[in-house]
Amino acid sequence: MQDASPQRGSEPLSPRAKLAVTAGKMAAAVSRTAGRGSGSVIGGKVALKLDPDLLARLATHLDVVLVSATNGKTTTTRLIAEALRANGPVVSNALGANMPAGITSALAGGSDAKYGVIEVDEKYLATVARDVRPKAIALLNLSRDQLDRAAETRMLAEKWREGLSGTDAVIIANADDPLVAWAASSCPNVLWVGAGQEWKDDAWSCPSCGGVMQRPGDDWGCPECGFRRPPTTWALSGDYVIDPHGTAWPITLQLPGRANKANATTSAAVAAVFGVAPKVALDRMQSVTAVAGRYDVVTYLGRELRLLLAKNPAGWLETFSLIDQPPAPVLLSVNALGADGTDTSWLWDVDYTRLAGHPIFVIGQRKLDLAVRLEVAGLTFRVCENVDEAVRAAPAGRIECIANYTAFQQLRRQVGG
Amino acid sequence: MSESVLRLVWVYPDLLSTYGDQGNALVVERRARQRGLNVARVDVRSDQPVPTSGDIYLIGGGEDRPQRLAAERLRRDGGLTRAAENGAIIFSVCAGYQILGHEFINDLGRREPGLGLLDVVSERGTGERCVGDVLADIDPRLGLPPLTGFENHQGITRLGPGAKPFARVRFGNGNGTGDGTEGAYSETVFGTYMHGPVMARNPLIADLLIKLALDVNALPPVEDTWYEALRQERIAAATQPA
Ligand SMILES: [Zn+2]
Repeated sequence: MQDASPQRGSEPLSPRAKLAVTAGKMAAAVSRTAGRGSGSVIGGKVALKLDPDLLARLATHLDVVLVSATNGKTTTTRLIAEALRANGPVVSNALGANMPAGITSALAGGSDAKYGVIEVDEKYLATVARDVRPKAIALLNLSRDQLDRAAETRMLAEKWREGLSGTDAVIIANADDPLVAWAASSCPNVLWVGAGQEWKDDAWSCPSCGGVMQRPGDDWGCPECGFRRPPTTWALSGDYVIDPHGTAWPITLQLPGRANKANATTSAAVAAVFGVAPKVALDRMQSVTAVAGRYDVVTYLGRELRLLLAKNPAGWLETFSLIDQPPAPVLLSVNALGADGTDTSWLWDVDYTRLAGHPIFVIGQRKLDLAVRLEVAGLTFRVCENVDEAVRAAPAGRIECIANYTAFQQLRRQVGG
Repeated sequence: MSESVLRLVWVYPDLLSTYGDQGNALVVERRARQRGLNVARVDVRSDQPVPTSGDIYLIGGGEDRPQRLAAERLRRDGGLTRAAENGAIIFSVCAGYQILGHEFINDLGRREPGLGLLDVVSERGTGERCVGDVLADIDPRLGLPPLTGFENHQGITRLGPGAKPFARVRFGNGNGTGDGTEGAYSETVFGTYMHGPVMARNPLIADLLIKLALDVNALPPVEDTWYEALRQERIAAATQPA
């Protein structure tokens, strides 16, 4: 597949596009010196303003893979990028700047790359896919997230469905998520992956006709319209990726948890589209130890802390399945600042009874919401003012720290992850 | 008291459970059990009949399309209406509140009939979505402390003469009519726009429903420290919006 794009590299950037890239880099540098973070988003914004077609033009020089989902897109982007490096240089928005400006900025930084592996915010997938004409698009899952934005999951699925219906790209889609399956089922070229999906509460209603979904075991289907789980060519089975020939390849990730095995399975399927064999792809994925601080194990106040990000009910559910068994202490931190969504009612969709037996410590801007939630779940917990108090109070063992978006960033800054 | 069984019915979690609505069921269940009651909680999916013999029915919030599907199925099923006729206690939130009224605007932009269990009519607002902390005073006849909730909706609900406002807002929008009303009630049927979920921030509403179900005037006290701390924090947040 790497020769699928004979035009690649033959169209140099126009003077206007070059100017836009340069202006973007300058803006990014100014922003960095001013201490406003990496500057990638502001750089991209300046560049896009000077040349609105820049994203499309930058992408013509690359074989592009887009990755979108509610959960796991940053990690999967990283895994795919590692796998494709077996075949050539990769440019990627590895730090999760996943809207058009951030993506533009990331692509502008990789002039000699062969592949662009790009994480895309769910809301922008259709637009970005139209602009960059990807070779492949990986769709992992869709679930409730940031309730106050009213981004309804089915409406997102519908946006994907409409936006991707005419695409030339190979779609690598999770057959176990009915919303993803529905979004992808209008595409001409789909590789279905049995990647699993523990969270089910956003797809009890058939996305196609509204019928009540039947979900026996891992299967699903709608008795009213016949929409059902498509047969898969790739699958996750325990600790193995099953390829289209039925061969089982062991997953030897350093990243923990079932969800990351699912991400590795999807990544192996994507890598195969570009001619990277499963063994090579999976071996390369082994080098990933942490993704933007997630899963990082740090030492703080003489204690080991593992930093886990969980932004929404589906994410919390997957996280509970990967933490150490009781009596491992657990520290929970929840904020409801702008980037988290300000509606905390999702806390009640998370089954905190799964933490029974763990010593639980609660911090964060919305620690009282969490305290009531845990009290109603019948759990024993301690509310602390800050990380230090929680870490000092925690009994022996590595502390599993689970936090939502801005709470995770704050935690990481505090403990140095 | 331990011989009584409180029958708690959660209506259509497959369609109307977008905003942590399970929380209301969990809080009612927990606080009833803390009083030594046996609780039989039934979660009724929208392809199942709604039992008519429940004591307390909870119906939650959801997105526009599931709201229409829920209204269609509840009208066809008739169970919730029969339960209301039997004097059951019904507590509804947001989309569920609109469904209990005479009509609302569905996802296709058309008038959708509700169940007519509350004398209210809902439409869709044209302005910005109402999002944020709310502080309101509950109708004094209900004997409850101030209402704290989180609203997240674009609906406007107008009350007819057969419904009383559940509360009057001090901060926030509530029914969105501009007249300061929030929610509605009549006899044992209640509706509110408050999420949070509302029982987590106002556990005495859960207690009120339990008292109505048991036909008693008081319940043994339970430990309310965390609820009370959360209430104080959110009341302060509503009065000083960011
Ligand atoms: Zn169907």
